[in-house]
Parts: sequence; C-alpha cells; structure tokens
Amino acid sequence: MNTLTFIFYFFMLTAAASATGILLSRNVFKAALMLLVCLLSIAALYVLSFAEFVAITQILVYAGGVLVVIIFGIMLTSKLSGKPLQVGHTNIFAAVLSGILLFALLANFITDDVFAVPQHAVETQGALQTIGTNFMTAYSLPFEIAGILLLAALIGAAAITSFMKSKKV
Amino acid sequence: MMPSLQHLLYLAAFLFCTGLAVVMVKRNTIMMLLGIELMLNASNLNLVAFNRLYPASLDGQMFALFVIIVAVCEAAVGLAIVLRVYQHYQTSVPDEISELKG
Repeated sequence: MNTLTFIFYFFMLTAAASATGILLSRNVFKAALMLLVCLLSIAALYVLSFAEFVAITQILVYAGGVLVVIIFGIMLTSKLSGKPLQVGHTNIFAAVLSGILLFALLANFITDDVFAVPQHAVETQGALQTIGTNFMTAYSLPFEIAGILLLAALIGAAAITSFMKSKKV
Repeated sequence: MMPSLQHLLYLAAFLFCTGLAVVMVKRNTIMMLLGIELMLNASNLNLVAFNRLYPASLDGQMFALFVIIVAVCEAAVGLAIVLRVYQHYQTSVPDEISELKG
C-alpha cells in the first residue's frame, strides 16, 4: 500500500465518519461543522480523482459559501428564541430501515462488475483548459441559463428575507 | 494502484443513504437542508468517479459543476424560506408548521 492509496482511504473514511456524525448529532452547529469536514474530504477525493477544478469549486462554493449561509441561518433561528440548539429525532426506525435498504439496493448494483476502470494512465493534460473551452462552446446554453438561475435565486432570496420586519409576527 | 471505482461508488451510496436518513430523522429544517446537501454531494461524487471511466471527455465534471451551481441556489432560497417561516411561526420544526392561514 503506497502513500496515495493510504491518503485516498483516509479521506474516504473521514467523509463516511463525518456523515455518520451528522446523523447522530443532536446539535445543529456541530452537525454543520461535521458537514464542513465531510465536504472538504470530498474535495480531497475529487483531487485524487483527477478533478481539480471541481475540487476547487467545491471548496470555494460549498465550504466558503453554503456553509457560511447555513451557519448564519442557524444563528438567526436560535437567537430569536434563546433555546439551545438541540434537535429531536423522529421516525428513527423508518429512516434507518429505508437507508439500509437503499444502500443494499445500490450496493447490489455496484457489486456487479459492470463498472471496471480501465487501467491505463489517465490523461489529465489541460483539463482546466478543456473545461473552460467546454463552458464557452458545447455548454454555452446551460452556462447562460445557470447565470440567469443564479440571478433569480439571488434576487428571490433577498426579496424573501427583506420583508422580515414589515409583517407582524 | 489507485483504489477502484467501486470504493468511490460505495462511499457515494453510503453518503446518499446517510443524507436520506438525516432528512427523515431530524426535526429541524436546517438539519434537513444539511441532509439534502449531503445527498447532492454524493451524486456529485458519483459523477466525478464515473468521469474516470472516460477521462478524455470531462462531461461528468461539467455536470458536477452545474449540480454545484443549482445546489447553491437551492441552499440560498431554502435558507431564506426557513428564516421567513421561522419569523412567522417562531419554530423551525417542520411538523409544527401545519396551518395554511398567513
């Protein structure tokens, strides 16, 4: 087992363990921090899977953006009531059962050897350049639609929250 | 050698099932959003992992980038709605938000 394989399995274990921690934790803030650990280890797995640009986007957008927004949300929804951030659990049996069944179903398909990786060396020369060219040529329409979607989501989120004080609670 | 594709797929399946269980178990809307983010990341991990099968095309990575974009929009609008609902009902437990009258 060389160093690369060890790093790969280490980050896989970290991601799985932090996801399990989210499931078991009753504290929302600790769960958000464990989601941060999970997202960062998934970004490391992207790097090890020859997807550097996706990894950088994951770190910038998820770890830098979404997690900050989520932590803001946690702080805003706990400040008003003053209650501790404890979360109750319901439907434990149904959730565990459906999770295990879905995992068994997926593992049943994964175990079949239809997904064999070709063992030749992966050519990664100019992956970033290829992604940039793809955005401007083959994926230009989804790229523009994504821009419109981001603008609509930005305006919508600002409009939804800007009426906060106008209506009596 | 690198670990095989199967191990990444097992991890993605595990993350997806954990996210599903989080969405079902937790009695808090923000925790449910965390579970949804976990499921989206599991699908992204699958896309990037399958891109290793066809390293010349990079289609999986492109799709993963678009999934990240849509996930950001979902998180922003979802948290805005959560804040608004919290302001109105003084609770973030989805079972207690049961009346339609504004």
